[in-house]
Amino acid sequence: MKRLHTHLVRLAAASACVLLASCEAPPMTSQQIGYRGVAMEQNYHPATYKATQAKNVPPPVIPSMGSSGPLAVNTYKNIKVLTDLTVPEMTRVMLAMTAWVAPADKSCGYCHAADMASDEIYQKVVARRMLQMVRNINSNWGGHVANNGVTCYTCHRGQQVPARVWYINPAEKELPLLGDRALQNSPAKSVGLTSLPYDPFPSFLLSGHDLKVAATTALPAGDRKSIKQAEWTYGLMMNISAGLGVNCTYCHNSRSFRDWDQSTPARARAWHAIRMVRQLNNDYLAPLASVFPPERLGPTGDTAKVNCGTCHQGVFKPMYGQGGGADYPELREKPKAVTAASSTAGRSGAGAP
Amino acid sequence: MAMLDFERKYRIRGGTLIGGDHFDFWVGPLYVGFFGITTLVFSLLGTALIVYGAAIGPTWNLWQISIAPPDLSYGLGFAPLKHGGLWQWITICAVGAFVSWALREVEICRKLGIGYHVPFAFSFAIFAYVTLVVIRPFLLGAWGHGFPYGIFSHLDWVSNVGYQYLHFHYNPAHMIAISFFFTTTLALALHGAVILSAANPPAGEVVKGAEHENTFFRDIVGYSVGALGIHRLGLFLAISAAFWSAICILISGPFWTRGWPEWWSWWLDLPIWR
Repeated sequence: MKRLHTHLVRLAAASACVLLASCEAPPMTSQQIGYRGVAMEQNYHPATYKATQAKNVPPPVIPSMGSSGPLAVNTYKNIKVLTDLTVPEMTRVMLAMTAWVAPADKSCGYCHAADMASDEIYQKVVARRMLQMVRNINSNWGGHVANNGVTCYTCHRGQQVPARVWYINPAEKELPLLGDRALQNSPAKSVGLTSLPYDPFPSFLLSGHDLKVAATTALPAGDRKSIKQAEWTYGLMMNISAGLGVNCTYCHNSRSFRDWDQSTPARARAWHAIRMVRQLNNDYLAPLASVFPPERLGPTGDTAKVNCGTCHQGVFKPMYGQGGGADYPELREKPKAVTAASSTAGRSGAGAP
Repeated sequence: MAMLDFERKYRIRGGTLIGGDHFDFWVGPLYVGFFGITTLVFSLLGTALIVYGAAIGPTWNLWQISIAPPDLSYGLGFAPLKHGGLWQWITICAVGAFVSWALREVEICRKLGIGYHVPFAFSFAIFAYVTLVVIRPFLLGAWGHGFPYGIFSHLDWVSNVGYQYLHFHYNPAHMIAISFFFTTTLALALHGAVILSAANPPAGEVVKGAEHENTFFRDIVGYSVGALGIHRLGLFLAISAAFWSAICILISGPFWTRGWPEWWSWWLDLPIWR
C-alpha cells in the first residue's frame, strides 16, 4: 500500500511537471479593449510576443528615384499593367519585387528571360497578375487596408510562395461505421487544433456562404441555421484568430456575437476583409491554375489561395502596421489610369490579359 | 428567547480565537464572537457601498446594476471611487466578511468539540472567490482583471473571459472541475433519492434502514459506499469542484495566454502517434 502510494505521488508529480511545462510562465501583458470589467482583452506572453515581433519586421524601404521621366509603356515593350508609371517608378517596383519575392541567386532572372519583354517564364505572368491584385487592394479596399495598404512583401516575406496559403482538400473518404465526419474531429492547425471542420475556406473564402449563424430572435421563428453551420463558421473564426494572433474579444463582445452595436470597430474591418479575400481568391488566384506548373498546384489541381493569415502572419496588423503600401505610391492605381487598370482586372483574366 | 434543547451543548464558554471572553456572547440563538462582529461590519459596509454604486450608476434595475473593477491601466494601485475604487473596497469587504464567517465557524467548532469540516469546506468556496478577484488579478498585474459585481454583468465577464481563450471547454482544469460538479450532483441525487425512499415507505410498511439502502445500491451498481462514506465522498467531490474551478481560472491568463485548444498540442505531439 505504501509503495503504491509513493508511486501515485511520483506519477502525479511527473504529470504536473509535464502539464506545467506546456504552459507559459507569468508575468503576462494584457490589453483592454472594452469598458472596464467587460473582459474584452488581448493577452500576450512577453517572450512569445517578442519572437513574433522579430519575425514581423518590414524590409528597408526601397528609395524612390522620383516620378519624373518618360512613361515606361513608351520606353519598354510589352508593358500591360504598369502603364501609368514613369521609368524611375517602374524601376523602383522591379527592384522591390526582386528584393521581396525573387530568390537571391536568381534575381531578375526569376521572372525575366534574356529578352526582358518576353512572357515565356510563368512567374512573370503570375507577377503581372499579382501587381494588378496589389494595386486593386490598395486602391479599392480602403474599407480593410485603409491608407496603409499592402506590398508583395506583406504576404511573400522573401519567399516565392507565401507561408500561410491554402488549397482545396480532396473529398474525405467515408469511414466504415463512422459515416460522413463532415471534416470534423481531426485536429488541424487550420482551425486552431479544435474539433471543428478543418477546411472552412472553400465555403467562405471562395464561395460566398453566409457566415451569420446566430439567431435574431429568442425563440425559433423560421431560422433554419443549424449547429453544423455554426461549426463551419466557428472553424473559420478559429483560423482568423490564429491568423491575426488575437482572441474572439478582439472583434466580438461574446454576450452577442452578431450584434454590431456591441462589437468593436475591428469587426467592421474584418467584414470588409472577408469580402476582399473572396475577390482575391476568385478573381486573381484561382484563375491562375492554367498558368502555374503542376508542382505549384494543390492536390485537386487548384492554385494556392489566401486567407487572413497570409497577409497578417499572426499579427493583428501585418508587420504591426509598418512597411505597407503607403510607402509605395507606385502600388496604387493612379487616378488618371483608373479606367485602364480596372479594365485589365476583369474576371476573365487568367494571367496575361 | 427560550433556549432550544440542543443549545445547552452549543452555549459553551471559550474556544474563541480572538478577544477572549469579550465577544463570547449570544444574541437570541445566534453566537456573536469577535468574528461575528467583523462579519457584520464588513457585510453592512460592503452592501452600503454596492447600494451607493447603484445610486451613482445608470440604473436601479436589479439585473443590470453593476459595480465594475478599475481599468487595467490602474494596475495594482488604488483607483478613484467612481472609476473602480468602489469595486476595490467592496472586494475588501467581501473577503473580510467571508473569512470572518469561516473563522466564526471555527470558533463554533471549538465550542462543540467537533472537527473543522464545515469551515474547511467553506474555505474552498472562499478560495475560489479570492482566486478570481485577488490572486489572478495580482498575477496578471491589474485589479481590472476581477469580475464586475452585477447579476448580468458578471455573466458577460465569464463569457468574454472564456472566449479570450477561444474555447474554455478545452481548459484541462475546467474539464476536471465540471466533472466534479456533475459528479457532486449525481451523488447528491442518488443519496437524496435513497434517503427519501427509505424514509417514506408506502402505507403499512416500516421505515427502511441502512442495510436496506446498502442492498439497493449493491443490486443496482454493485457497490454501496455506505452511510458515512457518502458524506465523505460528497465533501470530497464538492471541495474538488470548487478547487479545480479556482485552478481553471487561475491558469487562464497567468499561465496561458493563447487558446485552450492549442494547449493540447503536447497531446497531439506525443511520440506514440505524432
